[in-house]
Amino acid sequence: MTQLTDRPAQTEDRPVQRRPVNRGRKILRIVILGIVALIFISPVIFMIVTSFKTRGDATSIPPSWLPIPFTLQAYEAILSPQSSTPVLRWFFNSMVAALLNSALVVITASLAAYPLARMNFKGKNVVFGIIVATLLVPPVILVIPNYLIVSDLGWLNSLIAIIVPTAASAFGVFFMRQFFIALPVDLEEAARLDGANRLLIFTRIVLPLAKPALATLALLAFLTNWNDFLWPVYVLFSPEVQTLPAGLSTLQGANSVRYDLLMAGAVVASIPVLVIFVFLQRFIIEGVSRSGVKG
Amino acid sequence: MKSTTEVGVLPKERAPQPRVKAGRSVREQGKATPWLFLAPYLVLFIGFVLLPIVFGAWISLHTWDYTMPVHPFVGLDNYIELMQPGSIAFENFWNSMKATGIFTLFSVPLLLTIPLAVALLMAKNFPGRNFFRAVYFAPYVLGVAVVAILWRYLLDSNIGLVNYYLGLLGLPDDIAWTTSTPAAWVALIGVTVWWTLGFNAVIYLAALQDIPAELYEAARMDGANGWNQFIHVTLPGLRPVLIFVTMITLIASANMFGQSYLMTQGGPGRETRTAIYQIAETGLRNFQMGSAAAMSYVLTLFLMVLSIILFWLFREKKESRK
Repeated sequence: MTQLTDRPAQTEDRPVQRRPVNRGRKILRIVILGIVALIFISPVIFMIVTSFKTRGDATSIPPSWLPIPFTLQAYEAILSPQSSTPVLRWFFNSMVAALLNSALVVITASLAAYPLARMNFKGKNVVFGIIVATLLVPPVILVIPNYLIVSDLGWLNSLIAIIVPTAASAFGVFFMRQFFIALPVDLEEAARLDGANRLLIFTRIVLPLAKPALATLALLAFLTNWNDFLWPVYVLFSPEVQTLPAGLSTLQGANSVRYDLLMAGAVVASIPVLVIFVFLQRFIIEGVSRSGVKG
Repeated sequence: MKSTTEVGVLPKERAPQPRVKAGRSVREQGKATPWLFLAPYLVLFIGFVLLPIVFGAWISLHTWDYTMPVHPFVGLDNYIELMQPGSIAFENFWNSMKATGIFTLFSVPLLLTIPLAVALLMAKNFPGRNFFRAVYFAPYVLGVAVVAILWRYLLDSNIGLVNYYLGLLGLPDDIAWTTSTPAAWVALIGVTVWWTLGFNAVIYLAALQDIPAELYEAARMDGANGWNQFIHVTLPGLRPVLIFVTMITLIASANMFGQSYLMTQGGPGRETRTAIYQIAETGLRNFQMGSAAAMSYVLTLFLMVLSIILFWLFREKKESRK
């Protein structure tokens, strides 16, 4: 009753009105939801289980849901420096690429979004209009010309091709602009009266206020780059420069499919994103859902 | 609440007057200032987005093998070849367009409805709700490479989990999920739904929570049952987000690549080789970049026409309601 102003609480009041059947039904529903969710996520569990199996157990029928005997063979095989599939190297490449790309996205997008949100200048609407319009351009159209541009820059088969070209994030500009517009303007006004210049206002006042949005954008950019597949597959050819997704696909191409190795590789590729997701899912999910509401 | 928003607005509205009169007002910024802020982004944006869009059109008018020193201008020949039945480019391209079409046709409706059902379940308050929401979203963060490699293992016709459990249920246990159609389509579509349903569900969920509870209350007072509330309150409330979700799902489906590349290698034959796959192979493996660029423009044209039709459809509905 004290929460009458709280909208979600009101929605929750609805089922309460039918009190008698409630308890048993509620428990039943959670049990059913739990079972469905468990089945839904079971492939991921099986991936992790298989990565700790021996080569033979990984392909035995009936499949076992416990890795008995438990072994780290698969990890030792793919992580050893002598391996023809340098998964550790790929991990390092992916991490460097995703971190730098995400930093580049956050820096350039937030810098660009600020004048589009707060300043009046000639050409503002044209610039913003063009940026938003490219959100509708299917990325495939960029693949062939960007390959040639990257080749002219001498970036083929090197990590910079994965870091720079994809950093021009129209979504990032749009997302940050929405956030800046929603910020109250008084602090900036006060700072301006005190004679602070725009860059100072941006770095000292606006950016600290925008931390949640910056974190969300950084995470989304990191995930996108970490999981990007088509571009690295075609732009990187040597084993030592591959990112994890591109490298894993070459692992699969081997003549005898080693599922134990593949699952271990897939687990290694999943660890950072799953860790990020478990601890920071609030930012990721809110970022995704907000993109929908505002779009 | 009210006061903060008004404080935020007031200075903004007052400021223009002194600014116009006193040229040295603090609101004034140098003409270059906004462009200096924009510059780093614009360098990337022009170099890797705008320029490529124009450059791609230019490439498509040439026979462009990047390993060759000369790229002869051929006018619209690459496009004409794509429209000429019997040519190799025609066969390859339209087969791949058909594959993309089949995939889109089946995956989009599933990715619009199943996530909505999940979101409706999650919209109600119950203990562990955020945990369930995270579970359904989790596959999305794994990325296409991990997901496709994982499912190729689960769908292995001999040792895969899926066939094993189908056998336990008394169903056929020797389905060649990745090497025969239509099973390969079921696999590709099913895996894609599993992978991305959480993404759409989360967007729906946010929109559901924005529908005012008073609307449901009013509907109940009018004697509307659950289904009526869904039709007359939930769906209209979701309309703007429905457009958004339809568009991004459509574009994502039309851009399908990794699932096919990793799970079926485009097979059997080239039946599941999608348009993107075909464009990438033509341009970046066989280096027929002119032809590949032409293909990407034709595909883009298709997508744009489809988007316009969709926008128009949604708008029609909206107006007829009012």
